[in-house]
Amino acid sequence: MLDNLIIFVLAAFVGFEVISKVPQTLHTPLMSGSNAISGITIVGALVVAGMVGGTWSKWLGLVALIAATINVVGGFLVTDRMLQMFKTRAQRAQTSEKQEVSEPAAMS
Amino acid sequence: MKTTLIDLTYLLAAALFILGLKRLQSPKTARGGNQLAALGMLLAVVATLFLHRIVTPVEMIAGLVIGGSIGAVLARRVEMTAMPELVAAFNGFGGLASALVATAEVARYLIPEKPTAAIAALLPAVEQVPFDAVQAITVVLSVLIGLVTFAGSFVAFGKLGGYITGNPVLFPGMRLLTLLVTLGALVSIGFVVAGADAFPAVADPVVWGIVALSGLALVLGVLLVIPIGGADMPVVVSLLNSYSGLAAAATGFVLDNTALIVSGALVGASGLILTRIMCEAMNRSLLNVLLGGFGGEAGDGAAVAAAEGKTVHEATVEDAAILLAYANKVIIVPGYGMAVAQAQHQVRELADLLQERGVEVKYAIHPVAGRMPGHMNVLLAEANVPYDQLYEMDEINDEFATADIALVVGANDVVNPAARYDKNSPIYGMPILNVDQARTVLVLKRSLRPGYSGIENELFYLPNTRMLFGDARESLMKLIGEIKNL
Repeated sequence: MLDNLIIFVLAAFVGFEVISKVPQTLHTPLMSGSNAISGITIVGALVVAGMVGGTWSKWLGLVALIAATINVVGGFLVTDRMLQMFKTRAQRAQTSEKQEVSEPAAMS
Repeated sequence: MKTTLIDLTYLLAAALFILGLKRLQSPKTARGGNQLAALGMLLAVVATLFLHRIVTPVEMIAGLVIGGSIGAVLARRVEMTAMPELVAAFNGFGGLASALVATAEVARYLIPEKPTAAIAALLPAVEQVPFDAVQAITVVLSVLIGLVTFAGSFVAFGKLGGYITGNPVLFPGMRLLTLLVTLGALVSIGFVVAGADAFPAVADPVVWGIVALSGLALVLGVLLVIPIGGADMPVVVSLLNSYSGLAAAATGFVLDNTALIVSGALVGASGLILTRIMCEAMNRSLLNVLLGGFGGEAGDGAAVAAAEGKTVHEATVEDAAILLAYANKVIIVPGYGMAVAQAQHQVRELADLLQERGVEVKYAIHPVAGRMPGHMNVLLAEANVPYDQLYEMDEINDEFATADIALVVGANDVVNPAARYDKNSPIYGMPILNVDQARTVLVLKRSLRPGYSGIENELFYLPNTRMLFGDARESLMKLIGEIKNL
């Protein structure tokens, strides 16, 4: 128990250090991404639902598993979808050039 | 050996989470960071599936497939404007999962028949741990935080999505009820902890204690979020994010699982940081936000009465187009109104047009603009606005004085100059964007109705302010058409 508490406190400090430096622009992806990470309960769900146990623990675990998987898969995918939209001026210019090149080709 | 291997995989996963979050410090590396974190999660799941001697693999795979498909569909289909709701909902699922895992762990002690020798041999060491008071505390914490997160997140989901009113919901005796429910929850926690030593031989106090606690936690989650109004949602969503992490960590204590504890602590910290940033940006304490009842839609009558004797300078589309087209520098200030009108694409189109004419265009983003941290940034990114054109409040506030036009699109309280000096104003002391210092302020707004705080915005009556009434999106389209003809 004490070991776990130590791990918890140290991890919280690491979290504060790492996340304090995330810029405002990325706060929404930070939320949805960290949210997906909190879906790590998926591991707990697999352990309790998949192991030997009574009917109750199996079904509770299975519902937990589904909820956690929604959280994990949805969270990471939506974060990815958001992050791929963030572009600099230079990157945006590049992509629009590519489009301009490809558009006449598509028309002909 | 196998347990060691699992633990090492969990350690690797935790390291990948930290590295992934670290890469979120820059938009350039952020996408890779998210993928790194996802890889960590995949490793943790696969290790658990293969190495943890799962007895019912078929059900497990089925659960993963069902949950995964639902999550994937939600993530693909969601509109960027609906992102706050979706994040709230995902939060809720995470909290629910944590609470259920803790409950299932308790239920596991209730197997009447002894497991067969073959199965017993498979159980890792942790499973022989007797249920004691410490174990009970971790379980009740997990259930309490998890279910408060679940209920609170879905109320937030309803408010953000407009399924229930976004205004604060308060009724007489609400604080008292919240207090009673909290006390009830504490009593049930007492029952569970007191009954822990006799468990599972005497199961009733623990089982019914947890059942009662679950019900009360759900009610508490609703009561905590329902009095909080729409524009305070960035705080609520951040706080619930933090809770979902703490719930996962508590479940980690229950299962003695390091991966859960580390990740839970990371997410708990992340949510807490965002909560603090949001509160500071509104100059209000967390307690003040959580007590709720702030703001909401004020009656139109008050606004009209207060507005008497002051003149509003209304601009026509033609005036506004000329102002914009011949400016040297324009700073665009988006707010929640832009999200509601889905006007982010038109904003970008206007900005492009102005830039082609040689106008310098920048965006000023207030930290609590919108309904979740970073809401405006995501919408503008969706509309293909380069993020290096977006500036945070502190970076850009001095520049308004050198701007010809501050174009306010659907923002209100975050640009109200009263926050700087009017000590009687409910938003006094809130850091604001200094749009009034621009040579001309052009405000796109439906009406003079006050913003979320319910107070009138004197910005609209300043001599250098021009109001362009109408739906933000339509006004922008008209402006774009007009400027093209100049």
